[in-house]
Amino acid sequence: MDRISIIDLKKGERAVIVSHHGGRLFERRMSSLGLRSHAVIKKISSQLFHGPVTIQVGNSQVALGHGMARRIYVERINNE
Amino acid sequence: MNKILLIGNPNVGKSVIFSRLTGVNVIASNYPGTTVGFTKGILRHAGKRIEVIDVPGTYSLDPSSRAEEVAVQMLDDIKKDKDAIIINVIDATNLERNLHLTLQLIKRRIPMIALLNFWDECKHTGVSINVEKLQQELDVPIFTTCGITGEGIKHLVDSLEQAKVSSLKFKDENIWNEIGHIIDKTQQLSHRHHTLWERLGDASIHPVAGIPIAIIVLALSFYIIRLIGESIIGYVMEPLFDKLWTPVLMKLSALLGGSGFFHDILLGKLINGSIEYVESLGLLSTGLFVPLGMVLPYIISFYLVLSFVEDSGYLPRLGVLIDKVMHKLGIHGLAIIPMLLGIGCNVPGAMATRVLETRRERFIAATLMAIAIPCMAQIAMIFGLVGSYGVGAIAIVFGTLFIVWIILGLIMNSFTKGESPEIFIEIPPYRFPYIPGLIKKVWMRILWFLKEAVPFVIVGVLVVNILYFSGIIQFLGKLSAPLIRGIFGLPEGAVGALIIGFLRKDVAVGMLIPLGLSKSQMIISSVVLTMYFPCIATFAVLLKELGIKDMLKSAGIMLISTVVVGGVLNLIL
Repeated sequence: MDRISIIDLKKGERAVIVSHHGGRLFERRMSSLGLRSHAVIKKISSQLFHGPVTIQVGNSQVALGHGMARRIYVERINNE
Repeated sequence: MNKILLIGNPNVGKSVIFSRLTGVNVIASNYPGTTVGFTKGILRHAGKRIEVIDVPGTYSLDPSSRAEEVAVQMLDDIKKDKDAIIINVIDATNLERNLHLTLQLIKRRIPMIALLNFWDECKHTGVSINVEKLQQELDVPIFTTCGITGEGIKHLVDSLEQAKVSSLKFKDENIWNEIGHIIDKTQQLSHRHHTLWERLGDASIHPVAGIPIAIIVLALSFYIIRLIGESIIGYVMEPLFDKLWTPVLMKLSALLGGSGFFHDILLGKLINGSIEYVESLGLLSTGLFVPLGMVLPYIISFYLVLSFVEDSGYLPRLGVLIDKVMHKLGIHGLAIIPMLLGIGCNVPGAMATRVLETRRERFIAATLMAIAIPCMAQIAMIFGLVGSYGVGAIAIVFGTLFIVWIILGLIMNSFTKGESPEIFIEIPPYRFPYIPGLIKKVWMRILWFLKEAVPFVIVGVLVVNILYFSGIIQFLGKLSAPLIRGIFGLPEGAVGALIIGFLRKDVAVGMLIPLGLSKSQMIISSVVLTMYFPCIATFAVLLKELGIKDMLKSAGIMLISTVVVGGVLNLIL
């Protein structure tokens, strides 16, 4: 499986978070909104010109800046 | 037990539960971070008085915003209090993420109860939770509630004594494993189809489709605000004052002899033998008409529309859409919330800057709001007075303020020290506003306006009279002539409006009428009055939020930019 960042996901694609790049504090902060390792996410949208990315995690949606999204690595889940 | 702390993730409905428990009304909205300070209330039950505290929402006990710091601080404070318990409010449709805070709270070893709120929403979101099993796993009592309808609240109140310290043990680094393990045992998700609300939700955050949607929402909002505001003024307030109040005042005027000190203080000067509500400047004429006849209708319509938009869940999405632009000004998209609240009144706007994480962002957002966002009271007066010079004049006033907002943001972004982090926010689901709740919220905000504004307007009108009678305004007018006349091109009398603007900006705008200003002078003075300094109520809040040093800096920016912008307008208009 290829490791890519959330940025590289296409709209509507699902993926599993594998790791965070940005230290423990960053990982903890992401985790508090459910963006932790092994979590299954789905990309909802990303704003133009490197704007924020919106993803679905569990039953909630989270918007995060482009710089943060770039530092979260995921593996695509092949859609059934 | 004598104290309850309501604690939970942002936007899980703590404030609604708080209102239900204590009968104290607090503002609740559909976005994370509505509650930025804490509110206390008293729950009376079985002959006891229990203090209930509504804590700002927090995702974890490692705080990353000012509101979250408040939450953690309060938790530390009650640690010493043996009689305090925690009620952990959980969004049942989002159990997994909410449990992260729950488990951190369990580690604090304070007696606790957990509430599964939004219980009614679980059904149509396809979530099913085994409450009994969850109770066994967490080892604290669990209740299900629906804050909005009040379902489950009575049962909760009757069972407060059951709060207990959980025996659950786990290592900090295993917290997510522990949560996964609990979720596996207690929650089942079933597949369901997307609802219309969700499709709408996805469209309104779409990078391309979202922009026209935002423009439509904002344009529609302003149209409705104007429509409702003008209707209340034209069909209710003006007839009321003209038909009922004017005859009373005219009788009183005749009784007082038509002029003199008391006559002028109470009723103001007669203009062509009759009361002119904006120009007369008496306590019972202008002092009542400005807040009730001109401003209140717009306060009502603005808060109706704002509350509807707030409760629908649209604001965080708007924040995401404009995030990229806002970053150029050194703040992120969520800063749209203090800006929009500031349009209602700068005081709650200044408090809402707490949703921003860093000092730098709060400084920029608060300064931008105080300079370039006129409050609804002032906007209503500008609509009423500048409007008589045509819609173009109003457009120049607001266009100028918008340009100032952008340019000043760009400048502050390059000079202010510190960091502006990226946006990171939960997007709440769209909900159709619960109408009784919405009406209550609008009512609270109107009452708040009446309590805050009317006394200040009356004091303002009184001060104007005293300043005129004593000749202080004339003296200050001469003193400040180089600035007022030389740079802004305004008559010396305008200094009176600038002094009163510190008390109330709506009265200040009204004071411009007797000066007989030209169109461009009216535009310049409206812009200057918005920018030069916040009113005293806003000033007090800003001082508290920013601290004295940053407030001085902010005030310096306000004064300098007012002189520059007023001067430039005077040159080009």
